[in-house]
Amino acid sequence: MKELVGTGRLLRLILRRDRILMPLWVVWTAVIPLGYVASINGLFPTAAGRAEYADQSAHNAGFVGLYGRLSGSSLGDLVAWRAGFIPVVIGLFSILTVIRHTRVEEETGRRELLGATVAGRYAGLAAALLATFGANLVLGVIVALGLTSQHLPAAGSWVLGLEFAAAGAMFTALAAVAAQLTTSARSARSIAVVALAAAYVLRLAGDISAMGAGTVSWLSWLSPIGWVQRIRPYGGDRWWPFALAACVTAVLVSAAVALSARRDVGAGLFPSRPGAASGAASLRSPLALAWRLHRGLLAGWVVGFALLGVVFGGVANSVGDMARDNQSFRDIVARIGGTSGVVDSDLAGSIGILGLFAAAYAIQATLKLRDEETNGHAEPVLSTATSRLRWAGSHLVFTFLGPAVALAAAGLAMGITYGVSAGDVDASVPRLLAASMAVLPAVWVLAAIAVVLFGVLPRLAAAGWGALAACLLLFLAGGAVRLDQWVLDISPYTHIPHLPGGAVTATPFVVLSVVAAALAAAGLARLRRRDVPTL
Amino acid sequence: MTEAIRTEGLVKTFGHTRALDRLDMSVHTGEVHGFLGPNGAGKTTAIRILLGLTRADAGTARLLGGDPWADATALHRRLAYVPGDVTLWPNLTGGEVIDLLGRMRGGLDRHRRADLLDRFDLDPRKKGRAYSKGNRQKVALVAALASDVELLLLDEPTSGLDPLMEEVFREAIREEQRRGDRTVLLSSHILSEVEALCDRITIIRDGRAVETGTLADMRHLTRTAIHAELAAPADGLATLPGVHHLRTEGGQVRFDVDTEALDAALRQLTAVGVRSLVSQPPTLEELFLRLYDRKGGSAAGVDADLDSDPAAAAGSGRDGAEVSR
Repeated sequence: MKELVGTGRLLRLILRRDRILMPLWVVWTAVIPLGYVASINGLFPTAAGRAEYADQSAHNAGFVGLYGRLSGSSLGDLVAWRAGFIPVVIGLFSILTVIRHTRVEEETGRRELLGATVAGRYAGLAAALLATFGANLVLGVIVALGLTSQHLPAAGSWVLGLEFAAAGAMFTALAAVAAQLTTSARSARSIAVVALAAAYVLRLAGDISAMGAGTVSWLSWLSPIGWVQRIRPYGGDRWWPFALAACVTAVLVSAAVALSARRDVGAGLFPSRPGAASGAASLRSPLALAWRLHRGLLAGWVVGFALLGVVFGGVANSVGDMARDNQSFRDIVARIGGTSGVVDSDLAGSIGILGLFAAAYAIQATLKLRDEETNGHAEPVLSTATSRLRWAGSHLVFTFLGPAVALAAAGLAMGITYGVSAGDVDASVPRLLAASMAVLPAVWVLAAIAVVLFGVLPRLAAAGWGALAACLLLFLAGGAVRLDQWVLDISPYTHIPHLPGGAVTATPFVVLSVVAAALAAAGLARLRRRDVPTL
Repeated sequence: MTEAIRTEGLVKTFGHTRALDRLDMSVHTGEVHGFLGPNGAGKTTAIRILLGLTRADAGTARLLGGDPWADATALHRRLAYVPGDVTLWPNLTGGEVIDLLGRMRGGLDRHRRADLLDRFDLDPRKKGRAYSKGNRQKVALVAALASDVELLLLDEPTSGLDPLMEEVFREAIREEQRRGDRTVLLSSHILSEVEALCDRITIIRDGRAVETGTLADMRHLTRTAIHAELAAPADGLATLPGVHHLRTEGGQVRFDVDTEALDAALRQLTAVGVRSLVSQPPTLEELFLRLYDRKGGSAAGVDADLDSDPAAAAGSGRDGAEVSR
């Protein structure tokens, strides 16, 4: 037991450090299923309507791919099915939390500082695991209580809550193993996230296969996400996947403990490889440095966007099929803002989501400047013959052009997959590519807000995320709640025409671009005047 | 003699803390100038103002004939900087960082780079995250020393280096000194390092320069320790002005004496007959301790009344011939 001495104190430290992020994340995630209850009740108030919707959804490859298989048509069935993506979200959060409190601590040397105090060998790992398991459990309880309060069956609600917690627990344990493998937190994070993505893709492939001949439907059984979805809350409440999840979690935790016992603090199982002894001839400018620092991020977002484009493009045609057979659904889609056809409306909605994601990338790329400044990496660069504008500009290339590349990848992928399913690749590729690129000015406005914050209030630079959260809220609430137009107008996305299908005028693009340029210029002007903070 | 650095009345406040309080300093071209002071005295703030990273609230600063804030980019072509706490990009190797920083300044001397890597025993192929503190420091040092520049701004550059590497660093600075055309501002709280390397020294305390000059100049301001074995008791010593902490044990006397009273004191000793004599010059450490040991004292000139100094503090530096850290 002496190996665990100090776990309690470290646990309190983790809870203290995450006292804002963790509750925010847990509550935000737990509230999503409640939103589904309201929206499904609103769209399909009758059992017959739900049955029809369920029947179509269960045979729609796009939906099954995104959320998993649907096997009932009760309100609970539909909510649990629509929440099929939440285990992935919880898994991601669990991975990030565990890595942040294990490998990041070691990489920064803080673990060593604590390790020298009265803290057992496994105390740090145990505290990170307990905190994350705890957060997952609380999330599950909130889901269960929330759904029960919405008059869904209590048993099913608890099972759904526990399903989420079980998914979170497995990826928590997985991250604990990943944290033992590499010396860098970044690589550990990548390993765990790739494993999560693999679990999702295996489930997706298996479930889609099961809709047809089912030759590779066994793939779902290789995926922890596939297991927990076999629990089927409200429609069977099977318990055996919980046993499986508990076993996997236990095995992974023991593996993490065993690995951590075999290595030194700070070391990893995989040694870091040596790199170049001298800089390539091209590594001679701030832009070359920025490319080295941003290329991984850019590649990740571009690949992610291309995959989303594939999914969105593939789903769009099935939405059209569904709407052709269902009068009420078509009315709804038309009311939400579709002007020339349900499919265009769906594609425009997908591109709207991509636009918000692209802003997340733009803000992340901008905040890299702040990271460079607070990590002490900016100081040596600014002590060379590099002006502040050149330094900032080299990063802002990625802020403003990175999202363009990502959106182009998504538009291209959407155009190809939709074009293949609809049989008009030649027309749909340029159309969807242009529609995707059209959201760029709105993305730039959000990016420019982050630039202004960085220049004027560097300590509050992260508040740029708040602007994105506000736009996301308006995007999600806009269709459902009747908001005054001036409220909707706050979001730059409101001013972008709904494309494809909408009417295009140059004014909004010009105005938004000018606003973005003015904000960015103001931020950079202030950056030139202010102090570069010390470590 | 031209000046590489000159500041007059530099003031910088952070919130309620006054980091610099009318700092005046002057560094001559071609010299190695020690910038000495304990943690928090304002050394780093002063260097950051000289680099144009921070703007002074008041006062003027000139660097290589230019304004460090307005002409930052042009001036940075002619200088190299080593921070006290070097952080490297985790995914760039040490060699890449050295080349990148050198190229973004005025250029890099390939031979000197190879020579320094060898002498500092640094593996340039490791990624930034894999280096220890001392090795990160070496990366920044090699990048600065191999750069083709006129001025080196070194902010506590040897923190984290082992004694062997510190010796390599000293040798490298001495080479710069011999070349004669490079100016080095060496901020440090390691007295032996400053004592061994610097032509002139500025001592900073609470954001003000309290002493400046050569080490010899400063020694004039303090006392020499005398330990003598005498043929007979020397009665006049106790009443002689400038003699402090006089202790007599049998035929032996120990005392500290102000530089201006040294001659008179020695006359007293030789008058009674000296059998053996050990005289120790004041170390920089002593000077330093004298300047800092007065809690809340005035700007602490060494010429203030020194009798109230704790004898232990003054004596500790004297036990070893070299200044201990």
